[in-house]
Order: sequence, then structure tokens, then C-alpha cells
Amino acid sequence: MSGELLRAENLTRVYADGRRRVNALQDVSLTVAPGQRLGIVGESGSGKSTLIRLLAGLDRPTTGQVWFDGTEVTGRPERELGFLRAAVQLVFQDPWSSLNPRMRVADIITEPLRSKLVRRQLPADVDHRARLAEVMAEVDLPPEFADRYPHEFSGGQRQRIAIARALAPRPDVLIADEPVSALDVSVRAQVMNLLNDLVASRGLTLIVVSHDLMVVRHLCDTIAVMQSGRIVEHGSAEQVYDDPRTGYTKTLLAAIPRFAGG
Amino acid sequence: MRRFQLWLGIALVALVVAAAVISLFWTPFDPLRVVPEKRLLPPGWPHLLGTDGFGIDILSQLLVGARMCLLVGIISVSLATVVGVPLGMLAGQAGGWVSEVVMRISDVVYAFPALLLAILLAAGFGASTVTAMVAIGVATIPAFARVARAGTLQVMASDFVLAARSSGTNRWGIAGRHVLPNIAPLAGVQASVAFAMAILAEAALSYLGLGTPRPTPTWGTMLRDAQDFFFTAPLQAVWPGLAIALAVLGFNLLGDGLRDHLDPRLREGVQ
Repeated sequence: MSGELLRAENLTRVYADGRRRVNALQDVSLTVAPGQRLGIVGESGSGKSTLIRLLAGLDRPTTGQVWFDGTEVTGRPERELGFLRAAVQLVFQDPWSSLNPRMRVADIITEPLRSKLVRRQLPADVDHRARLAEVMAEVDLPPEFADRYPHEFSGGQRQRIAIARALAPRPDVLIADEPVSALDVSVRAQVMNLLNDLVASRGLTLIVVSHDLMVVRHLCDTIAVMQSGRIVEHGSAEQVYDDPRTGYTKTLLAAIPRFAGG
Repeated sequence: MRRFQLWLGIALVALVVAAAVISLFWTPFDPLRVVPEKRLLPPGWPHLLGTDGFGIDILSQLLVGARMCLLVGIISVSLATVVGVPLGMLAGQAGGWVSEVVMRISDVVYAFPALLLAILLAAGFGASTVTAMVAIGVATIPAFARVARAGTLQVMASDFVLAARSSGTNRWGIAGRHVLPNIAPLAGVQASVAFAMAILAEAALSYLGLGTPRPTPTWGTMLRDAQDFFFTAPLQAVWPGLAIALAVLGFNLLGDGLRDHLDPRLREGVQ
């Protein structure tokens, strides 16, 4: 497994919509090491979400390849992607849209365990009930929430449910797309701390997408800055913060409100 | 006000259902027995709504007619739902050329007049309740396919479907666990409205002699019979007409009320 878990090579993604062609991603290359915590920042429309969809194998690049743990993801039919489906899980921005309103919390969280593709990757007899109780405890949700429906919960609780679902198949990589930007400010810190703790305690590789450099600074050790479909700056968190090389990164940094001593 | 509409709809539908159920066990008079000496009696006792040109009690016929109207509604709407909803889901989930093919065929069926279809079926298989139900059902399929497709597209665009895909859930799992439960309320509303249309269509077909044949009383055939006495006994046409109007109104109000009830923008509180 050496120094790389995920690798993207010369990824390009063109969305053709009738007459219009949008180059969402242009020649993006990236490697993510095991245990690395990568933050992808950039404003909306910069290609962040497109990039993580390609990395998670949920969309196919127009050109370029994605490798996971030495196996090429691109060009494989869905039925051969079990290794990726078990190992890479997502947490989305909007916890109202990311949980099916007509499923109970228990069914939502154990859904990854029930797919045939993922089951083949897991130990033969995963006890769904036991695993459910485990992950709910990990994200600090009381066990009695299991039989309720999503609409009964607050945004922060819903995001915890979404994180529990992502943890259920014991993934190697957690991809979080703006994980806290839809939450109340008071809940953001809790969810970010939870993510930090989880990543630290189980050695997860984390990819966080955000337009908010504060969030990325709190969660990540490496930062990639994206602008109009390209990675314009890539380096360790300290280096990007302390010595930004491009004007665009400087602009993003200047947009952070400053606090005394911050 | 919206509440009131919903409850009025429920009350009217309940009235039709009650009439149909009662007719299974009891009617004031035999709805099939011709009594020549009692022709065209005005409303009174013992014939509360009078008798028709054959001397048959009108109230008894109305009760039995409710049965036929519900039967045709249930069968034709079920047919349309069972065929239309999966087709719409297929179009919505598969997208691309599959969606194009399904929706264009659906457009063709939609453009084909239901009445013409009923005449064709009646010509081929003889006019019967079954041909009427099939004609109405087939003509209603496109409405269900459209509603199901629109709902499916909305569900497929949601993050929970993306999450399900990233967990390796296949398209059947997504259809069964995510799409169907979320579009079921939409289909339910559509079913209620389609039921109203089916009642009207069945009455029209019976009126034209393309539906249930005599002697089984239906509201449509009652209307046709009443036409002969329009100037001498106009009330004859009023009773079945009123029954049809109230039943159609009831199912429409029920559908509208359900839609408002399920539409989060119109519902206070939740979400």
C-alpha cells in the first residue's frame, strides 16, 4: 500500500448540456496517502464536488484515470467496484437531503452493510444490529434513536446519522463534502471535533471539501486549492496558510475573518 | 378551508362506498324487476326517488350503480397504477434513450382518445364492463407514468441516492428502498384524481352503450334511459346525474386535499 491510497491522473470532466459545454475539471492530478487529511478548497463552481465524485467512482471522467489502492477504478463496471464501495464512504453537505425521509435511522445506517457488493468485501457474518449499536455509540447517538425517522432530528443529529452510515462498512477513506456548512454555528464545532476524533482513532484517510478555509484548517494537514477546474496550489496546511504562492489563495485567505491571536 | 375540502371529499367518497356496500345486502326493491303498472312514479312512498320507464325503483338502481362505478374505478385505476408507475420509474432511473422511448409511447397513448379506444375494444370483444375498464385503464397509464417519472427524477437527484450508490446499492435497491416509498404519496394523489376521471368515463361509456350492458344498472345507462322522458319526467335524469357529479366531486376533492396535505410548502410546521 506504500505511500498512496488514492491517485488521480490527468482527470478531465466535461459536462455537455445541449449546446453548452462546461469544463468542470481540467487536467487534475492528485495523490492521497493513507492517513492523510486532505482539504480541497475553492469557491462554488471550481470543480471540487466533481473531483470527489470521480474519486468516489460515482461519475466517470471524460479523460484520465483514478486508482484506489493500486487498482484502477475508471473503466470498471459497477459490479466490479465492490472494493471501492466498501472502502470509500461519503458525508454530504445537506443532512436534509442526504437521509431518505421514509427510512428509519437503523435502516439508513445499515444500508451500506446490506448491498451485495459491499457484503462480499466484509467478514462473512457482520451482525447488523451489533454494528449499528457500535457506530451509533461512536457518533454519540442514543440507541433509542434507531427506530425513529430523520425528520425528528436536528441538523447536527442528522449529520451524525450520516457519519454513522459512512462508518458502518469500516471504510478506509471518508470523503466529506462541505460537512458543516449547512449546520448552525453552535453545532459546527461539535461535528468537526467528532470528525477529528474519528479520523484520529481509526486512522481514516479524510478528504474534506469546503469553501471555508477555517473548516479545512481545523480538519486537514494538506490543502489543495482549486480554481475553475484546476488545482492551482497544493501543499501542507502550514505552507499554504503561511506562504501562499498564488494570488487566488491569498484572496481566499484574506476572506477569513481574523480574530485576536488567530 | 383546505381541511374542509379534504373532509368533504372523504365524506362524499364514504357515501359512495356505503351505497355500494349496502347494495350488496339490501336494496329497497329489486333493481332488475320490471313492473309495468308502476312506470314513472314521482318521488314518494314507498319509492323514495320514484320509478323509471320500466317501473324499476330508482334508489335501488342508484345503490347498485355505485357498486359498478367503484368496481370500474378500482380496476381501471389499479391497472393504470401497476403499469404506469413502474414505467415512469424506469424512465426516470434509466434516463437517456430508454426514457425517450417510454415517454414518447406514453405521449402517443395520451393523445389517443379514450373513447375511440373503448369503441375499438367494444367492436372487437363486445361491449362489457371489462372492455370499459381496460379502455379507461390504458388511457390513464400515461398520467401515472408522467407523475412517477417526475417524482423519480427528483428522488434520483437527492444526496441520499448518491449515498446509496456510494454504498454499492444497486438500481433495484434504489428503486425499492428510495424511489418507490418517496413517490408513493404522489401516485396516491394521482390515483384519487384518476378515480374521478374513471367514474366519469365509465358513465360516458355506459351512456353510449359501450360499457356495462343491460340489465345491470349503472349511472350511465340510467342517464340514457332517462333521456326518453326528459320532458315528461325530468327528475329521472337528475338522480343519476347528481350521483355522478357528487362521486366525481368527492374523488377530486380527496385528491386535491391529499396533495395539499402532502405538499410541504402548503403544510405548516414540518420541514
